[in-house]
Amino acid sequence: MLIVKNLNKSFGPFKAVSNFNLTIGREEFICLVGPDGAGKSTTLRILAGLEKPDSGEIELFGKKVVTFTSGLRTRIGYLPQNFSLYGDLTVEENLKFFAGLYGQHSPEELIKSLLEFTRLGPFKDRQADQLSGGMKQKLSLACTLVHQPELILLDEPTTGVDPVSRRDFWQILFSLQREGKSILMTTPYLDEAERATRVALMNQGQLLAFDTPEKLIASLPGKVLELVSPESRVIYQHLKTDRAFLDVQLRGDRVDFLVSKEYQEEILKKSLVDKNLSWEDLAEISPSLENVFIYLLKKENPGRENGDINGIGSHS
Amino acid sequence: MSPFRLLTVIKKEFLHIRRDPIYLTLLLILPSFILILYGYALNFDVKHLPLAVVDYDQSQYSRQVVEKVTASEYFDLKYNLKDSREIDPLLNLDLIRLAIVIPVDFSRTILAGRTPEIQIIIDGSNSSSASTGLGYLNAILQQYTIGLNLSFMERAGLSGESLPLENRSRVWYNPELKSSKFLVPGLMAFILMIIIVLATSLSIVREKEKGTMEQLLLSPLRPPELILGKIIPYLILSLIGAHLVLLTGWLLFGVAIKGNYFLLLLILLLFLFCGLSQGLLISAVANSQQVAFMMAGLSTLLPTFVLSGFVFPIQNMPHLIQLVTYIIPARYFLVGLRSIILKGVGIKAFYADVLFLMSYALIMSLISWRRLSQSLSR
Repeated sequence: MLIVKNLNKSFGPFKAVSNFNLTIGREEFICLVGPDGAGKSTTLRILAGLEKPDSGEIELFGKKVVTFTSGLRTRIGYLPQNFSLYGDLTVEENLKFFAGLYGQHSPEELIKSLLEFTRLGPFKDRQADQLSGGMKQKLSLACTLVHQPELILLDEPTTGVDPVSRRDFWQILFSLQREGKSILMTTPYLDEAERATRVALMNQGQLLAFDTPEKLIASLPGKVLELVSPESRVIYQHLKTDRAFLDVQLRGDRVDFLVSKEYQEEILKKSLVDKNLSWEDLAEISPSLENVFIYLLKKENPGRENGDINGIGSHS
Repeated sequence: MSPFRLLTVIKKEFLHIRRDPIYLTLLLILPSFILILYGYALNFDVKHLPLAVVDYDQSQYSRQVVEKVTASEYFDLKYNLKDSREIDPLLNLDLIRLAIVIPVDFSRTILAGRTPEIQIIIDGSNSSSASTGLGYLNAILQQYTIGLNLSFMERAGLSGESLPLENRSRVWYNPELKSSKFLVPGLMAFILMIIIVLATSLSIVREKEKGTMEQLLLSPLRPPELILGKIIPYLILSLIGAHLVLLTGWLLFGVAIKGNYFLLLLILLLFLFCGLSQGLLISAVANSQQVAFMMAGLSTLLPTFVLSGFVFPIQNMPHLIQLVTYIIPARYFLVGLRSIILKGVGIKAFYADVLFLMSYALIMSLISWRRLSQSLSR
């Protein structure tokens, strides 16, 4: 469906995308995850034909892409991060307009099914400006689906959308996937990415890892421990300063952290006793994609302090 | 070029216009409204100037002079003063615009066969009305002098003699010299230019500003379809607006089209194309509606008002400024418009202006079309 080889793109001295490789198969749902400024949007814009790469090869639908012809464009649906609807037009008018742009002469049936699909039917006569954020996002998606593309590129479609609408949105995406469409979506939320068929982790323009969520988690050469303690705050401060503990996270009365596979829990217990700190439980828990990503980032930049990776994480 | 996609854009544009009643008013009603406002306010006719008279002579002759002057509708006698020193405060307070001082020896000088003198004091702070008023006054006094001369000659036994030259002037096309007749075509050019440049540039720049332009460019929509789709609705609306202006001019100011309507339509279309191109050019450069608004305002407001011959005759301008007027499309449009509406003459009388307008419209639309297509396809 889509093969990307050695993609490079710079804006002046800033390298937005460097030696980026990616493949998407039919009916695949791929999440491209990374912090803000990782180059996700730029990658998507290149794949949508909005930006010209400095070098690299793109193969779409089995053919090498030289220029994005309008024939090619009609097979791709791209939803930009800030898709702008015509606020003074109604939901239905917006859909009709985009259908017309793509040469749909009688889009009534299609629009009806899209309205049903996105559950926007009851609001079809409402002006787009009067919709809630989640509904606007669904309408934007519907507008990019109106020409029935085979490959759908979504740039952070769930950012700033409430949890209920986000769930709705995912249901729509899953049913699109079942219909045989391929989806490439960027998101800063790692817990969301775990639902994708494959996850691409990206940082500073580079692809750090690209695999199924299960394999990515299995590839983690460490274990995640969770410590339950009424003094979690003090312990958290203590662990943060120690290089042996990666990705230390404070969650209420729990502290989660990543250690190497060989790490002996007794060492921690002993040091806590030495410092007169008490705990209720210390056990291994199953790692998440977040742990994998933080581990990979640490490996790339070992000099980085704990906890300064901003713009990434789970939101729930 | 797909007619279907073009139609889609046109339909969408009309939806925008329909949703925004203020915009529709701006396009259709405002031109006529401005015409009414300006048509009544912009009046260059000089009538009923308040006048003061200081008659030191108080003779038959001096009374005759005052009578002649005040008999015309140009001057209203407001004050009969005893002392010329009273004039100054009245002028200062704007209670009078001019004053006539007749000296004590006025009638004696006439009877002695010498030339009498009359002092005229006029408020020159409004030079236009002052010079017009002065002109009227001079003409009235001249006529009085001639009448006086004739009666003296008669008394001297030279009756039967007539004057060597007598002028009888007659004003054509606008016999009452009403400024509204002269202003209506000018205002039409002025208003249409502003509205069309503003409307076209804003409608394209708005898409850039809101980010919808990127979506349009991602779709199979081609720049020519987009540009035409933007032009056609505004062309139709401004044509309707122009006809409303013509109707208003006819109903309220009695300015009827004397000449060929289709000729009028031709130059109107050419002129609108100039405006559309200017709007497109602005939208190729500007990236925000604010900037577009400023550019549209600056490039239409003053040039069409000052440099088109709308208010100030072009032949009175300094040579350098006269050269500048050649790039103002309203200049050519105005000549044509006045010729058709007021004079009712055929194209022979102003074919050069039509040709200028035609080439201007052609060149401008080519340049703007290319610039905008380039900026759209990046």
